[in-house]
Order: sequence, then structure tokens, then C-alpha cells
Amino acid sequence: MDMKRDYYEDIRLLDSGPQVFWLVVLLGALAAFPLLADSYQIYTVNLIAINVIVALGLNLLVGYTGQISLGHAGFFAIGAYSTLALMLGAHLPFIVALPLAGFISAAFGFLLGLPALRLEGPYLAIATLGFGLTITQILGRLDVFGGHMGLQAPPLELFGLKVTSDAGRYAVIMPICVILTWGLRNLTKTRVGRAFVAVRDSDIAAECIGVNLTYYKTLAFAVSAFYTGIGGGLMAFILGFISPHTFNVMVSIMFLAMVVVGGLGSILGSVMGAVLITWLQLELARIGELPYVGPVLTELSNQVFTLSGLPNVQYVVFGLIMVLIIIFEPLGLYGFWIRTKIYWRTWPF
Amino acid sequence: MLGQLIASGIAIGATYALMALAMVIIYKTSEVLNFAQGDMAMLSAFIAYMCLSTYGLGFAMSFTLALAFAFALGAFLEFAFLRRAKEPNVLGLIIITLGLEMMLYGLASWRWGSDQKDFPFPVSDFEVHQLGGGVVISELNLVTLGVACALMILLFMFFRYTKVGVAMKATQQNQQAARLMGIRVGRIMMLTWGMSSVVGACAAFLIASTDTLDPNLMWTPQLKGFSAAVLGGMTSLVGAVLGGFILGVVENLFGGYVSVEFKAVVAFAVIVLILCVKPSGLFAKHYVRKV
Repeated sequence: MDMKRDYYEDIRLLDSGPQVFWLVVLLGALAAFPLLADSYQIYTVNLIAINVIVALGLNLLVGYTGQISLGHAGFFAIGAYSTLALMLGAHLPFIVALPLAGFISAAFGFLLGLPALRLEGPYLAIATLGFGLTITQILGRLDVFGGHMGLQAPPLELFGLKVTSDAGRYAVIMPICVILTWGLRNLTKTRVGRAFVAVRDSDIAAECIGVNLTYYKTLAFAVSAFYTGIGGGLMAFILGFISPHTFNVMVSIMFLAMVVVGGLGSILGSVMGAVLITWLQLELARIGELPYVGPVLTELSNQVFTLSGLPNVQYVVFGLIMVLIIIFEPLGLYGFWIRTKIYWRTWPF
Repeated sequence: MLGQLIASGIAIGATYALMALAMVIIYKTSEVLNFAQGDMAMLSAFIAYMCLSTYGLGFAMSFTLALAFAFALGAFLEFAFLRRAKEPNVLGLIIITLGLEMMLYGLASWRWGSDQKDFPFPVSDFEVHQLGGGVVISELNLVTLGVACALMILLFMFFRYTKVGVAMKATQQNQQAARLMGIRVGRIMMLTWGMSSVVGACAAFLIASTDTLDPNLMWTPQLKGFSAAVLGGMTSLVGAVLGGFILGVVENLFGGYVSVEFKAVVAFAVIVLILCVKPSGLFAKHYVRKV
């Protein structure tokens, strides 16, 4: 079925003709999307694209390299704040500020990667969690970054063109998302990507066969932070306004939820997870207005619970999804997809 | 100044120590980092609040009921969710407990809303005792301190001298072997979760009585408890309590002498620094994993 006969087949970016065909269809659909959709739909897809970028970065760290991070909201914040600070303070154009912010975030990722070399499991989880909290606390105290009041995003300008509409932002965000996805796919197919996987499967064994643990673990943190920082920089323009409260622990947990629900160690999984979780977030925020479910829950709120607490149902739903995914399908949506594919491939039998 | 800062640091540290104890009990037996700990405790505090204010029961009755609820909740969560995961890794378990945390938080804030409630408690926070040298400590702080130390000693004795406690330790070291020796591993796990939930609930009552009760009540104490547990080494009961005290004192001293603004951050800076030097915490043996 998927037998690889030589090394070059293994490192090829696209495995088969149908894959090329579907990729072209997908890219065409993405290009045509802003012409057909309304503003709110484009806004939704923009959010999804940003979350895809972050989920990819986090998946590289968690799924491919096996390091837990509960502090990605910290990198997200660093990306957002550096982009705005570089544009407002240093008057750099967006196209320079965004990658620079990515590299600043990557530098912080490298720094966080250093203690992570000695930590594993629960200790690493706590250290990264602490990192995320510390970053937002510090940002909230620094007057340069507006303190608790936050920062207003400047108008987005690209090559002299002012971008004001959702469709315009889509034209900026989506190409970046596609390029970064492509880049990650490429990275995982190379020597570096295989080293990451080796570190995940057994770091001691990997070290024995010559993988430099210090280098690859910090590199994984840096690349992951770069992706997240880019995502944060773009997010600043979607929101138009950022404050330290935008980047709380729940954001980190949601990123982790995307990766886990989508499927650890898979690019398609990251994309699926980001799409599902972002869409659910938007839908569940106004759960009382949803058809069928809404009236039932409103009635239930009046009887047993409180109506003012109704939006909190989204946490119950997300929690349930996370728990059920781990219990029943540890590979996430990607595992589900693979199983469905294999089922139909051998269908009558 | 110094004496007062240390005294109130120890008083705050006692609540951290209680949360850390709760975490260490679970980690000792099942190697699960329980992110739901705080919200399990928060829910128990709400049950106590409901018994006290809605049904008008007495303190003893309400707290007993709430602790019984806490035990049942812990045991139920282990039985219904943690046990169902097939061959989970560290990340999977963390995700499950994070999911449980979100579910409990969602349920509590759906039921009680996010407005702050006054939690009645038999001991007052305003009656103070002189410790000499102008250092004062409130009655509530003394009770918290007493509860933390008593629970620590009780748990220490429990793990060392009772059959169930030893069975718990055996379960942590090697589940397979423990099962072969006739230990009902599943039942031990449920018991552990129940116990831990009860300890957490005690912490929640004490914290809620100094603060107000709302669904976000236990998030910060949980993080501080984590830090304390990590500081002392996740497997050591004494370490967890000492870690809690150290954290409370360091935090307070930092707040008093250096900067109040960054007081919340210092806990994490301390643990990152200490973990760099001693990756398994201060009071735990460092196990090197075999390939």
C-alpha cells in the first residue's frame, strides 16, 4: 500500500498523484474563498489559519519531539507584543517586524529549552506553565507595553497598501499559513525532523546513535516558539488590540487541546484540530442561541443551573472532548481519518 | 518587619503545603500530575457553602458532608476517566486531568455563576495572637498551620505504618509486581484519589475563608501547590510541606524587600532555578530512567 522502496521516496514532500491533485484543489479553494464568503466567515477562517500556525508549532514540540509545553500563550504574547512594539517603537514595516518578532520569540524558546534539557514529564509541564504565566505578568507590569491597558495595533500596511478589511487580512494571513505548513512538512522529512522523532521515542537511545540532544531539544523549542510567535503577531492585527489578559493559561490549554484532539505527531492532525477547536470556540461562545441544543440548555439553566453561567458550558464540552479523545482515540482526529481511509480502501472485505 | 514577613509567609505557605500534599499523594501512587486538583477542591468548597447557606446545616455537618463528597468525587473521577485510558503516557494523563479541570470549572461556574460569595468559617481571620517582638499571626493562620502539619504527620504515618499505605507505595514503584502480590491496584488508585481530594478540600475551605468563594478560587493556590510539590520533589510528603513553607516565605520576603509587583512571578523563577540544579526537587531521590 504505502511501501517505500528507497530513501528518495521517503523524503518526497508529496507521495502520489492524487495528493498533488487534491493539494491543487485545496489551494484553489483557499484562493477563491474570500470572493465567495461573507466578512464573518472570512474572519473565522483567519482565526483558524492563525490557530493552525500555532498548532503546527506546538505539535512539532509536543507531537514530534515529545516535550510538553503548557506555556505557549507566553510565546504567543511575545510574538504579538514584539510585532507591535517593533512597528510602533522602531517604525519598522510589518513585513520586517513580523519575522523579527518570530525570531525574538524563537530566542525565548531557546532560553526555555535550556532548563527543559534537564527536566521531563511533570517537571517540564510545571516549568513551561510557569514560563507562560511569568511572561504575561511581566508584560502587564511594563509601561513600554502599555501595562494592563494593553496596546493598540497600528493599521496594517503592506507594500504601501492599507489593509483594512477581513478579506485583506485573509490575503496576508493565509499565504503565511500555507508557507509555514509547507515548511513544517519539509522539516519533518529531513534529518532534523527524524532527529526530533528519535528524541521523542527515546532520548537516551537517540543520544547513543549520535543525535545531539542539547542542539535538537533547544532547536525544537526555538522552531516551535517561532511558529507561535508568528501566529501571535498576526493575531494582534485580527484583534486590533492586545492586553496581557488576552494570553492567559486557558489559551495555552486550548493550543494543547488543538494538538491533542487533532493528533499528535501529524501535520494534517494539527490542521484538523485547529479547525475543529476554533470553530467550536466561536460557536459555543453563544451556546444559548444554537438551534436544538440552545433551548434545552437554557431551560436546564433555569431549572438547575444559572443562566448567567451558561457560556461556561463550553469548558465542559472542551474538557469532555479532551478526555474522550485520549481515552478512545489517542491519535486524535488524524487516527480517526486513517482508520476511515483504511476501512474504505479494503471496503467489501 | 523581617519576623512578620516570615510569620505570614509561613502562614501562606501552609495553604500551599496542603495543596502540595494533595498532589503528592496522587503522584506518589499513580504518577499522574493532577491539574484537576484545585477544581475538585473548589467544587467541594461549593458543596460546603451550599450546605451552610442554602440548607442551613451546622459547620461540623456541612464540612463532613463536603469532605465525603470530595472523597466520592476523587474516587469517581479515577474510576470513570483515569482508569479508562489505555496505556497512557505522561502527556495523555496530563491532558485527561486538564480536561477534567475544565469540566469541573465549567460545571461549577454554570451552577453558581462567577460572582464572589462569602464563605462562612468558625475561625476568624481578624483575631490575632502576639508571637513576641511585634509579630502577630491570626487565628485562622494558626488553624491552617495546624491542619497542614497534622495532615502531613498523619499521612506520613499512614504511608509508613499501615498496610494500605505500603500498598500505595508498592503500586507506584511497580504496578505489575504489586498486582502479582495480590494488591487490588484499581481499588488502591481510587482510594488514593479520594484521599487526595479530601486533603485538597481541606485546603479549599481554609483558602475560601480568607478569600471569597468563586470558581477561580483554587487556580492560583493550585499552581503554588504544584510549585511547592516540585520544589520538594514530587514523591516526598515532607518535601511537599517544606516546599510550601519555603515558597511562602521566599515569596513574602521578595514582596517585602524587592518588589510587590513581581511577587506572583517569583515562585516560578525559584522553581525553574532549583530544578536546573536539582531536577527532581530538593528532597526526593533522583531516579534515572533506564532505556
